[in-house]
Amino acid sequence: MTRDITTSDGVALRVYESGPPGAPTVVCVHGYPDDHTVWDGVAAELALRYRVVSYDVRGAGESGKPRGRQAYRLDQLVRDLAAVIDAVSPDLPVHLLAHDWGSIQAWHAVTGRRLRGRIASYTSISGPCLNHADHWFRSRLRRPTPRALRELVTQLRSSWYVAFFQLPLLPELAWRTGVAQWVLGSMEGSGSPAVSDAVHGVQLYRANMFLRRTAPEPRTTDIPVQVLAPQRDRTVSSSLQTDIRRWVPNLAVRELAAGHWLPRTHSQTVARCASELIEHVEGGHEARGLRRARRTGPQRKRFADHLVVITGAGSGIGRATALEFAEHGAEVIATDIDQQAAERTARLASTLGPRASAYLLDVSDRGAMEKFAAVLRENHGIPDIVINNAGIGVAGPFFETTVADWERIIDVNLWGVIYGCQILGGLLVNGGAGGTIVNIASAAAYLPTRSLPAYATTKAAVLALSQCLRGELASAGVGVVAICPGFVHTNIASSTRFVGRDTAAEQAARQRATTLYRRRNFTARQTAREIVRAVERNAAIAPITIEAKAGLLASRLTPGLLRKLARADINPR
Amino acid sequence: MAGKALTDPAHLAKFREVQQLAYAAAESVAQTLEPGVTEKQAAQRIREYLLDRGVQDWFHTPFAWFGDRTAFRNFWTPLKFFPTHRRLEAGMPFILDCAPVRDGYMADIGYAGCLGTNSVHEQLMDDLAEYRELIVTRVRDGAPLRQIYRDVDDLIARHGYDNRHRVYPGRVIAHQVSTVHSRLPKFIAAGFGIRALQTLVGDLIVERMHHRSPLWADGEISNHPATPGLWAVEPHIGFRDVGVKFEEILVVTPSGDAYWLDDDLPHVRRWHRAAAAS
Repeated sequence: MTRDITTSDGVALRVYESGPPGAPTVVCVHGYPDDHTVWDGVAAELALRYRVVSYDVRGAGESGKPRGRQAYRLDQLVRDLAAVIDAVSPDLPVHLLAHDWGSIQAWHAVTGRRLRGRIASYTSISGPCLNHADHWFRSRLRRPTPRALRELVTQLRSSWYVAFFQLPLLPELAWRTGVAQWVLGSMEGSGSPAVSDAVHGVQLYRANMFLRRTAPEPRTTDIPVQVLAPQRDRTVSSSLQTDIRRWVPNLAVRELAAGHWLPRTHSQTVARCASELIEHVEGGHEARGLRRARRTGPQRKRFADHLVVITGAGSGIGRATALEFAEHGAEVIATDIDQQAAERTARLASTLGPRASAYLLDVSDRGAMEKFAAVLRENHGIPDIVINNAGIGVAGPFFETTVADWERIIDVNLWGVIYGCQILGGLLVNGGAGGTIVNIASAAAYLPTRSLPAYATTKAAVLALSQCLRGELASAGVGVVAICPGFVHTNIASSTRFVGRDTAAEQAARQRATTLYRRRNFTARQTAREIVRAVERNAAIAPITIEAKAGLLASRLTPGLLRKLARADINPR
Repeated sequence: MAGKALTDPAHLAKFREVQQLAYAAAESVAQTLEPGVTEKQAAQRIREYLLDRGVQDWFHTPFAWFGDRTAFRNFWTPLKFFPTHRRLEAGMPFILDCAPVRDGYMADIGYAGCLGTNSVHEQLMDDLAEYRELIVTRVRDGAPLRQIYRDVDDLIARHGYDNRHRVYPGRVIAHQVSTVHSRLPKFIAAGFGIRALQTLVGDLIVERMHHRSPLWADGEISNHPATPGLWAVEPHIGFRDVGVKFEEILVVTPSGDAYWLDDDLPHVRRWHRAAAAS
């Protein structure tokens, strides 16, 4: 539905509405050079639950295009916004969602008097409050620490066009000759603006961006504000957008792995983040992601408000890792093929951190993984960290390893990880908020031995998969970490299948291996601590024990030596 | 040998009395513990309580462990068992352990508590019930002590805890107790009463000749069913920086039956209350 609204100085604004009429109203303000269509994807999502209003800002789209820079002053833009809000929601306050120049206007509105009480919440994307930006620059010039200088240089390097737009005629010429479009086209998600919109919009810069001799009074607001700060934004640096707690006490900040045109490239993420704030302000519960984004409040644990899913969490490294994350404040979902063991892990995790949950899960069963992912999403939300830990051992000569042995170990150790990355990791990638996928490989992935052909093969595949996926997901802000533990004292030795031996010999081999692992005495808890550290520093490969580290080094320096050592049988009969 | 005589009802009543007294001491001192009190002060309170009530000698002097010391973290020398100046704080777990001798009858008890609430401590205490049941059942089955020790270890692994009784000298989960008759002076050496030690050493020698031990651990020497007599059993389990234990007397009859000397003890009452509430 569209309608035109005439503003205080007689300019007509084209307003677009969708969504259920009785629902809370969200007003979306676009930036430059754009029109309301930048919100199409986001509005389609939001309109499922809210009444969504967007409009073409003066100078853009179907709205009036007054001449002269005075018509584009921020105070006038706020009067435009007020006219829209008064027309679409005369009684109830609205929720604001704005991008780029839309954000600059909206900041002016929420920190000013004209719309006090009329705005319930504000989600800002890639547009600072100009008043805050002024203070931001001044504070860094006043105290030019190395960090401050770096931030200044970064911001100035990307703000050159602000100065360019102050020049007479040249900016218009750049648009009319297509040069500006060419520059714009190199940025991810940029649209293709109409030339007349682009030319009129230049006045926004000329009317509002100029150097002041003295600092203006800081503008503040205490309405709930959420800043979505794209990390690859080439126009507004993260610090400029987010270092504003002084003026915005009720602030949440989410840093997202994306470029400047987040509403276009990540519409679902924008819609989800905006709805979480709106839901909370409207009296609903506060979503985990929003809690984590809070920039105010008491000191919190390192992984507070993180959701961590772990497979094979019923024992060994899986259980220890679950407990370690719980101790650091994470909400843990422990899954295992042994439900009782998973429940036990969840119970222990609950004594250390937030309430944990347990699920029965066979990682080699695709259907079960899909069903679990749906339940997970429904009951707990999108995970922040997925740890593909479940694994089994098969030891013994290649020619005595049966097809069934191979199928079993590939099903669990490799398919389990593939499904884990694809189905559980997929939730995380689609969530758009970044995160980490952790795959537990093994030092056997790079240390060949005649004793573990099947096991080493699956683990080498897991390592390769992790590294390839890491490359693919880097741009999505999702880290992929491969863990190579080495000899860790867990029950893996006592449950390993030793092929080509009768039951008694197999039992004896297990006993020997267990004794060896026990003597090595590197605990699952020590391993779990290293895993947490590897997640924190987003390590590509994390060898854990000293032998795993030395082995990794040797595999690069003296692979020939390792091949010789591979001839020794570490499971003698 | 002594086992038969010890398990007659008159003797058992005396042992039960001393054990009740020792638990009463721990329980009443536990109620007096406040933030800031040290392990030494707590141990001293137990000592005074018991001396006031007719205790003449000790199998070992009272111990008190606070905070992560309940889980014996960093106990690299046995000297670490002795009470320190560690102060109790809100939410901190503690263990009181004492072994008084009165009129030749001995008790050896362990009492785990917590100042305020600590969810890890609560969970450990709830789970401790399973160990009490497991041990008595397996002794009754006639299982070798070493095997029972391993069964306890398996349960500990299933629970996700760690075995802390292996930190005790000799890794023992239990030791035999008997009456103390000695002409030696009442003298304390390294925290142990030498008259009681004399009895234990005597048992060690006699039992060693039978390829058994009055100490119950996971070595080859414990590869036999429980010897008839009285055993002070002390499974001690830990999780993170919290440890809990109980210690009480298990009666093993000459016919191989086994039962706990007394069920009217603080930890058992706790589990009964919890069972009644759920």
